[in-house]
Amino acid sequence: MDAEAIQARLRARFGDAIGALEPGREPAIRVQPGALVAVAELLKTDPELAFDCLSNQSGVDWPQREEIEVVYHLFSYPLRHGCVLKVAVPRDDPTMPTVAPVWKAAIWLEREIFDLLGVVFAGHPDLRRLLMPEDWVGHPLRKDFVEPAEYHGISTKRESML
Amino acid sequence: MSLLNTMPEFTVTTQVDAMLNWTRKSSLWYMLFGLACCAIEMMQTGGPRSDLDRFGAVPRATPRQSDLMIVAGTLTLKMALRTKMLYDQMPEPKYVISMGSCSNCGGLFQLAYSVCDGVDKVLPVDVYVPGCPPRPEALTEGLLKLQEKIMQERWLVRGGAETAQA
Repeated sequence: MDAEAIQARLRARFGDAIGALEPGREPAIRVQPGALVAVAELLKTDPELAFDCLSNQSGVDWPQREEIEVVYHLFSYPLRHGCVLKVAVPRDDPTMPTVAPVWKAAIWLEREIFDLLGVVFAGHPDLRRLLMPEDWVGHPLRKDFVEPAEYHGISTKRESML
Repeated sequence: MSLLNTMPEFTVTTQVDAMLNWTRKSSLWYMLFGLACCAIEMMQTGGPRSDLDRFGAVPRATPRQSDLMIVAGTLTLKMALRTKMLYDQMPEPKYVISMGSCSNCGGLFQLAYSVCDGVDKVLPVDVYVPGCPPRPEALTEGLLKLQEKIMQERWLVRGGAETAQA
């Protein structure tokens, strides 16, 4: 099933919660955060969609648009087709529901997005930092992140030998 | 008649410092501790082809039995505090070899937000081994350099060991 057909199928079920198709090499379907879990469950359980694999989940910071976008790359092993979902949340309060109960792969992927971009996934079973130390302040992949001068007395700068 | 002639033939005379240092350099047990791809080369160095065992260096799985820490790989900030804790658990005298570019200065990842720019920001380093990653020959050379350094230590002079270790 191609992206247009998947988007039409979701639209028929969820109405305005499904946005227009974003063109590109992999066309992306925009989804409202409130409808995300229901959409994810349908994508997984519908036998004609059968997206059993969350290949990748990533985040993008858009300072001009004042939002953070979370991108889901899905793949169906039985039907050999894929699709891309995009969910945008406001930058000053980036809270959205988790999809970890649907795809377990999301547990670590969402921890990484929480760590690096500060998106809070409501309902996540174990939302801790993944790459940075647990007492770290700030989210390094935000465009306005400023690296602190030191961490527990360890300087984060190294002077050039030249 | 000199002192030497009064002793039996199998007796070896030496200085206590040299004896201490010789025993110490000949049993440099290093901690089995790898952080990234340099650890693969460290395993090769301990393996049969380059065979670090012939210098008396054998891997130990606990810091409490180790004399030498080979920091092999990228040191992240999250790992830096744990590395310091492992180093603090090792008994004196203890030595550190910094293996590879990442551990020397942060290497390829120096500007990354999560990487500590060199293990010498956390621990005192005795020998730096350059390379990305260093070949087993290079790490062996680093161990031999450390042995040379140990042989120059003077433990029986007041303040001697501190001066030599600094």
